[in-house]
Amino acid sequence: MELFLHQLLAGIATGGIYACMALAVVMIYQSIDHFNFAQGEMAMFSTYIAWQLLAWGFPYWIAFILTIVISFIGGVVIERGLFKPIRNAPVLSHIIVFIAMFSILNSLAGFTWEYTIKSFPSPFPAQPLFNNRLIGAHDLGMIAITLILLVLLYVLFRHTRLGLAMRAAAANPDSARLVGIRVGWMVALGWGLAAAIGAVAGMMIAPVVFLEPNMMLGILLYGLAGAVVGGLTSPVGAVLGGFAVGIVENLAGTFVPVVGKELKLTIALVLIVAVLMVKPSGLFGRAAVSRV
Amino acid sequence: MTKRRTLLTMAAALAGAALISSPSLAQKKYDPGASDTEIKIGNINPYSGPASAYGMIGKTIDAYFKKINAEGGVNGRKITFISYDDGYSPPKTVEQARKLVESDEVLLVFQSLGTPGNTAIQKYMNAKKVPQLFVATGATQFGNPKEYPWTMGWQPNYQSEGRIYAKYILDKHPNGKIGILYQNDDYGKDYVKGLKDGLGAKAASMIISELPYEVADPTVDSQIVALKAKGADVFFNVATPKFAAQAIRKAAEIGWKPLHLLNSVSGSVGSVLRPAGLEASKDLITTNYIKDATDPTWKDDAALKEWAAFMDKYFPDGDKTSSFTVYGYAVAQTLVQVLKQSGNELTRENIMKQAANLKNFELGVLLPGIKINSGPSDFYPIEQMQMQKFNGTSWELFGPVMSGEIGS
Amino acid sequence: MAVREDIAETAVAATPRFGGLTVPAWQRLITIAALLVALALPLFLKNFHVFQLTLVMIYSIAILGLNLLTGINGQFSLGHSAFYAIGAYTTAVLMDRFGVPYFLTLPAAGIVCLVAGFLFGLPALRLEGLYLALATFALAVATPQLLKLSIFEHWTGGVQGIVIIKPDAPFGLPLSQDRWLYYFTLAILVLMFAAAMRLVGSRTGRALKAIRDNPLAAKAMGVDTALYKSLAFGVSALYTGVAGSLGAIVVQFVAPDSFTFFLAVSFLVGLVVGGVGWIPGALIGGIFIMYIPNLAEQVSKGLAWAVYGVILILVIYVMPTGAAGFVRLVAGRLNRLMSSNR
Repeated sequence: MELFLHQLLAGIATGGIYACMALAVVMIYQSIDHFNFAQGEMAMFSTYIAWQLLAWGFPYWIAFILTIVISFIGGVVIERGLFKPIRNAPVLSHIIVFIAMFSILNSLAGFTWEYTIKSFPSPFPAQPLFNNRLIGAHDLGMIAITLILLVLLYVLFRHTRLGLAMRAAAANPDSARLVGIRVGWMVALGWGLAAAIGAVAGMMIAPVVFLEPNMMLGILLYGLAGAVVGGLTSPVGAVLGGFAVGIVENLAGTFVPVVGKELKLTIALVLIVAVLMVKPSGLFGRAAVSRV
Repeated sequence: MTKRRTLLTMAAALAGAALISSPSLAQKKYDPGASDTEIKIGNINPYSGPASAYGMIGKTIDAYFKKINAEGGVNGRKITFISYDDGYSPPKTVEQARKLVESDEVLLVFQSLGTPGNTAIQKYMNAKKVPQLFVATGATQFGNPKEYPWTMGWQPNYQSEGRIYAKYILDKHPNGKIGILYQNDDYGKDYVKGLKDGLGAKAASMIISELPYEVADPTVDSQIVALKAKGADVFFNVATPKFAAQAIRKAAEIGWKPLHLLNSVSGSVGSVLRPAGLEASKDLITTNYIKDATDPTWKDDAALKEWAAFMDKYFPDGDKTSSFTVYGYAVAQTLVQVLKQSGNELTRENIMKQAANLKNFELGVLLPGIKINSGPSDFYPIEQMQMQKFNGTSWELFGPVMSGEIGS
Repeated sequence: MAVREDIAETAVAATPRFGGLTVPAWQRLITIAALLVALALPLFLKNFHVFQLTLVMIYSIAILGLNLLTGINGQFSLGHSAFYAIGAYTTAVLMDRFGVPYFLTLPAAGIVCLVAGFLFGLPALRLEGLYLALATFALAVATPQLLKLSIFEHWTGGVQGIVIIKPDAPFGLPLSQDRWLYYFTLAILVLMFAAAMRLVGSRTGRALKAIRDNPLAAKAMGVDTALYKSLAFGVSALYTGVAGSLGAIVVQFVAPDSFTFFLAVSFLVGLVVGGVGWIPGALIGGIFIMYIPNLAEQVSKGLAWAVYGVILILVIYVMPTGAAGFVRLVAGRLNRLMSSNR
């Protein structure tokens, strides 16, 4: 029972990582209607920028905010510079450009900052809260930040004109254009926000997993999985999905006999696919209805 | 102490040079890749992909050969170093090895990195009779002169190291409950095998949990929590730097204080212990054979100063806190010694003969007392290691220089 | 994420005559010329380059398999490295553990992958677009772990993989191993491409394309979409599996690290660069994923993959629909040029 509790808490802690990433995934999905495979690398690159700023002597929170701003601008620039010109190319061609971005960012980061791990500071105290040994202060802090982001996103998408316009631009660009929404800029804005959220995710994740160019490889997959399980249209779902993936992964690794410890990733993925079979739009997503 | 050793090394090198220069002056013999002016050496390293941290080794070797060339080359010949990227993918390793041998026509392939890649090309290299020299992996299968006379390792193999820890456990904690964290690949499994072999009959009762992790896993927190919950009081940490650092930090975070045995792959103070936290790393035990440049013990060490001067001049972008740069420097020095010994007979056969003829060769950057020895039936050049304990700022060597030779 | 491209068809339909010859006649001419070049090439090249060309053909077959699924049937897969791995391991295990000759392992690998693909296609039926992408992505990521699994270690060699022996040319033919494998692969390639052309032109092919273009309408017309979609997955896996099998023989080694997610991404890149839905595009894709990384490495070692990424972006900018669209464009221009001269 104690082991179960420990693993559950460890699962929640790692789930926080995935939830953070899942939010960024949902953000980009809301604005471009598909995945960005380079999302993890963008977050990693942002984190390196933060690391560089810290190394130059900026105080943590200044570096934090600067990184978010730089990442936001970076996201907008990438959309305007890289994707606007091929707006009309098939989706698969877009995916190839994502793959290209992935390899460029990964290679550039390794070239600039080397592949050896770097420690990244946490803004939260090193001492565990309430003197518990089960879940670290950073884990709790990361979860809190994720929840704050979630609330902000929720407000943006549900209660602001801008958020509504962005959703409209993604869901139905032609109609959105007809009602006077500048679809192109909405998409660019979505990219900027996704990059900014990714930057926050990266800065929260790096203290746990250490900073290195390949740090996001596994996390992006789990984040995607979390987002899909929860439903790509729902930020709340994505966050819950992220936690669910973390918990399932940890429990499977500990309690599934024989193959559990070797296949915890696979087991988690099989469960996700199973969820999708039963509920193809995710646990909290809205089913897409298409007109024929 | 250190000064004397450097003198000894120099003397040995001089003696070696004198020995070989006399008989082989007579005739020159060359295989493809060698000439009066040039020696072509091939190399395969993961400059991209998940193992790209190791790319540092290839870059260091490249820089070292630049230094050798700037100082006049080996016996008057310049080294041309051709290094290709395989991204740690075996089919790519095969392609690059064939390119080196058949297209670039190198004299030998040196320090190709990783067990899967080297396994993939081992048969090919031996069929082509091209030396696959000083491979960068500690797997035991690369020191088998009977079956593979053209393949030779360099660093102490992982199984031997596992046996050293087993000896230590049996000696100090005969009733310990051992928990193992290992990377789920050949490297991790070799260590575990060495430990089990060393524990012998007691392995089954002493090892209470073995947990693997995958390179793509974000963290190993779950495994550490599980090992603590199972009640392990000896922790064998067979993880690469990133995961080893995570494990050290997590163990401290949850208040788990076992006897912590760290595999030497992750023994670097600068790139593992410092990120993990020096306080959390206190009392770690590992083995080593090479000096750690970030360890204050060696701050006045002549050989490391020489290395630092080399780094400043020829590889200024290189990471001086990474153990890979010292490693690359040392292994390149070993190859240069082999080339020197080969004199003017630069045939592939003679290269292997000389590589298997290193006698008490000492390198300044190896730990004191550790010598390189090889022979026609001994294709494991370095077999000695020494245990060390971390005191919170640096490693402290203890106990004798040990060898955990397989079969001993 | 519906994948709809009908470049190949329009290319055929838009230019009925072309420089005095009909399009099919031109195609035949080009095919024969290409075959002659392919037959002669190894005689002038070093073994190493022959080996590289063999790999190009193997990748082309794998990409063709993906093309049948994505280009013809409109289903999306990021997991074809898994089928490539299954094919490779089937061959390696049969050769190494059971002493089966290499040419007999090829059909075995094909059948195993057909079944595996069909079975995977069944649950995948319920998934579309992004969700299918994620499921196949998961498959690709899980593959190396499954191959390493200790309970299969007796057959798969676990993390160590299996080393297999390269076959010699039969009947005492005076060919090096590399040249022989080149011709052997070429024969398989021609066979597989011809079969693919046949399939696309057949009733089944039309049903597959109907499902891609309008699943509901196809269903209404009485096409058993579930069966055909699973079948498409199976056939696609068969192609990729045969490629994997050839890959194992040529490289002489299989190990879990050979079949990472990166391989699946390479196939996808090859597919898009060659042109989705255009059968000959697979060859161009194969050439691309074989040689461009090497080219990038020559440009800059430290930044090889950044260079590769830049090349990819440029390719997409110049040819947004891959080589297929480019060929159509060039053919169209040439045709206009010729007809204005006449």
